Amino acid sequence: MRRLKELIIEKTILLNGFACIFFVVLIFFFLAKDGLALFRTISIRDFLFGQLWNPIAEPPQFGILPLFLGSFLVTLGATAISVPLGMACAIFIGEIAPRWMRELLKAGVELLAAIPSIVIGFVGMTMLGPMVKNIFHLPTGLTALTGSFALAFMAIPTIVSIMEDAISSVPRSYKEGSLALGATHWQTIYRVIIPAASSGIVAAIMLGIGRVIGETMAVMMLTGNASVMPRTILEPVRTMTATIAAEMGETVHGSEHYFALFALGLVLFAITFIINLIADAALHRKRK
Amino acid sequence: MVEVPLGKDKIVVRDLSIYYGNVAALKNVSFSVKDREILGVIGPANSGKTSFLRAMNRLNDLDLSSRVTGSILLNGKDVNREMDAEEVRKKVTMVFALPLPLPMSIFDNIAYGPRRHGTRDKKRLEEIVEKSLKAAFLWEEVKDRLSSSAMKLSGGQQQRLCIARTLAVDPEVILYDEPCSGLDPISTAKVEEAMFELKARYTQILVTNNVKQAARVGDRIAFFLMGELVEIDEADKIFTAPRDKRTGDYITGRFG
Amino acid sequence: MSLLMKLHFKMSQHTKQRIAFTILGLASAIVIVPVIVIFAILIQKGLPAINCQFLTAMPRMGMRAGGIFPAIMGTLYLVAGTIVVALPLGVLAAIYLVEYARQNFLTRMIEVAIVNLAGVPSVVYGLFGLGLFVIFLKLGVSIAAGSLTLAIMILPVIITSSKEALSSVPHSFREASLALGVSKWQTIRCVVLPNALPGILTGTILGISRAAGETAPILFTVAAFYLPRLPKSVFDQCMALPYHLYVLSTQVPNVKPALQYGTALVLVGMVFLLNFVAIVIRARIRSRKQW
Repeated sequence: MRRLKELIIEKTILLNGFACIFFVVLIFFFLAKDGLALFRTISIRDFLFGQLWNPIAEPPQFGILPLFLGSFLVTLGATAISVPLGMACAIFIGEIAPRWMRELLKAGVELLAAIPSIVIGFVGMTMLGPMVKNIFHLPTGLTALTGSFALAFMAIPTIVSIMEDAISSVPRSYKEGSLALGATHWQTIYRVIIPAASSGIVAAIMLGIGRVIGETMAVMMLTGNASVMPRTILEPVRTMTATIAAEMGETVHGSEHYFALFALGLVLFAITFIINLIADAALHRKRK
Repeated sequence: MVEVPLGKDKIVVRDLSIYYGNVAALKNVSFSVKDREILGVIGPANSGKTSFLRAMNRLNDLDLSSRVTGSILLNGKDVNREMDAEEVRKKVTMVFALPLPLPMSIFDNIAYGPRRHGTRDKKRLEEIVEKSLKAAFLWEEVKDRLSSSAMKLSGGQQQRLCIARTLAVDPEVILYDEPCSGLDPISTAKVEEAMFELKARYTQILVTNNVKQAARVGDRIAFFLMGELVEIDEADKIFTAPRDKRTGDYITGRFG
Repeated sequence: MSLLMKLHFKMSQHTKQRIAFTILGLASAIVIVPVIVIFAILIQKGLPAINCQFLTAMPRMGMRAGGIFPAIMGTLYLVAGTIVVALPLGVLAAIYLVEYARQNFLTRMIEVAIVNLAGVPSVVYGLFGLGLFVIFLKLGVSIAAGSLTLAIMILPVIITSSKEALSSVPHSFREASLALGVSKWQTIRCVVLPNALPGILTGTILGISRAAGETAPILFTVAAFYLPRLPKSVFDQCMALPYHLYVLSTQVPNVKPALQYGTALVLVGMVFLLNFVAIVIRARIRSRKQW
């Protein structure tokens, strides 16, 4: 009896262990089930490379190129801001800051990570938007750049924490060896520590990018949501995530539009999946 | 429980080999342990002593790279084929090199085993705890603070607590894996005293690096070297007239 | 001459270092200052709006007046539902990975799956929840569907931190218990889990605080635009704080800013309270650790 109980418990645990694989497959399946239905009526080519997204036109247009470029532009901007800042912050925390400052900075970064994206979006809308508008003399402050700024700060905690891990796990002997040869602390940092931590740094950047691409609410509130082919970073754009969030509420279940949004979700899933695989491979290589 | 007549073989080891990956830790060892004796197992590091102990109560199951051939019979039953691991470990318990109290009170530490094995009655548990602590010569020192954390005891007390904890599950065989390696001479003496008293009821196997300790408490001595059993005999004989030259060399401190 | 050059070289290396460190310090300040600014703004503009009525009354006049009570309660319901689903699932998965799994291809696949689950965009979770729970399993737009969606989203957080907590329990504790003939599961239940519990709790709370603040996954699975009453069962829709803030700031014209900031402050306060509890527990484990 007792043995039977144990057996059942162990099998339950075993089953749970595979839950994650199951869920990933399930997510893929449910996205694909409805997403692929779109291609009964629209060619994959038109979907991926069509330059117009207009679900209410007659006939509806489901070209995701403007949305993809919108996501790309915002992500590029956010990466350009967050990677240098995050890296600097990680090095400062890991190598330079005195103990009390390190704890303070770490707490600050954790705090930043904890702010819900909707709140970042809200504060960005009321503060950052008008600022961008006034500085660049634009008709609207809700642009790709505004979104990039906000997203950069949402990616920074991810980047800082993973990079800081990578930097602090560089063996002490490397650092001491370099210092013993007469190199300055700064030379040691960029000649020895950063190269030694490189795979962790790659992982941090990839995960940061993954975070930015997937971000939804703040982007939806800050980028102006114009689904046109973006030309500059100072124009409103619309991202893939924001499109799903904004339009799903209005679609009819089983309509072409509904399928199109799932297909968009499938594209997003594929992109983040690849990014995460790269990041994981980088981290795994480091461990080996 | 199969009662084995006093002096008869409690444990029979036949052609026992233990491998970790491709490395053999123990090679084709055969001997037996008599009921209610203390078998001292001596030998230099990496001679296979600890591997033998861990095979004895199947703790080496936890190491996935390990493999055992040959057989160990307890009361005539093969521990690897005719018994399941928990049954073996309950009958053949182990006291580790370092004292390993669990992070709970003294009482809960002793009562841990019986509780898991289904004893729920509070009165019965109290009896077991008192009896076990007395048998391990710890009762007088801790009887007033049974509910305080076992982590606060001294090293020697912790080790005797671990002995008491193994006694509480009512084993037949107690294995000691260098139980005094971290203890001072006074604590060591107390642990040895406890082992001596336990002879009346239990079969004990003591693995030790300390030849003198083996001489003090062992009825018989087995000498292991590089995974082989060099010789096993009455303690007196081993220490006065060893048959193998290597045994004599080890005992007199020429190596190891 | 050459000595002078050497000296010059050395000087310039030190100047370089000073410049580099200053830049790094400034960059760190740039990261931290916005955090402080956001808080200052939220507190300055949100605090005046918060009073007893704001926290306990139903919204009125198309959400332009009244309180945010149903949104607060809705978020609490969702959080509770998420814990109920995610905690056992996550802890059992972590137990499997730490205590039972062998180092093989399958285990590696599970790890990859966890990493990927952590990286799936929140809005994609929303789509998934809509497709699976709302439509396929016919739960409808409901607390049940929303909680399940959020639970799967925070599963990686709980698994990762539970794994860490379980592996930090010394191996020797397990051996001590097993050597007494105690079975593996009982060893896990009676020795490993109690000692890993604080760490597991910390991770769970952090996961929950993330769930409480997310908007995208609940957009299509549970959130009600304007529902000035409390849900009656887990199959009801409900309002939720993050979605309410979204609605107030983008969907309803002429909302008093105080109402928006007040909602934002309550949301941030709730999330931070959870984080704070987690940090306190973590600090206590570190100081009380007995091994």
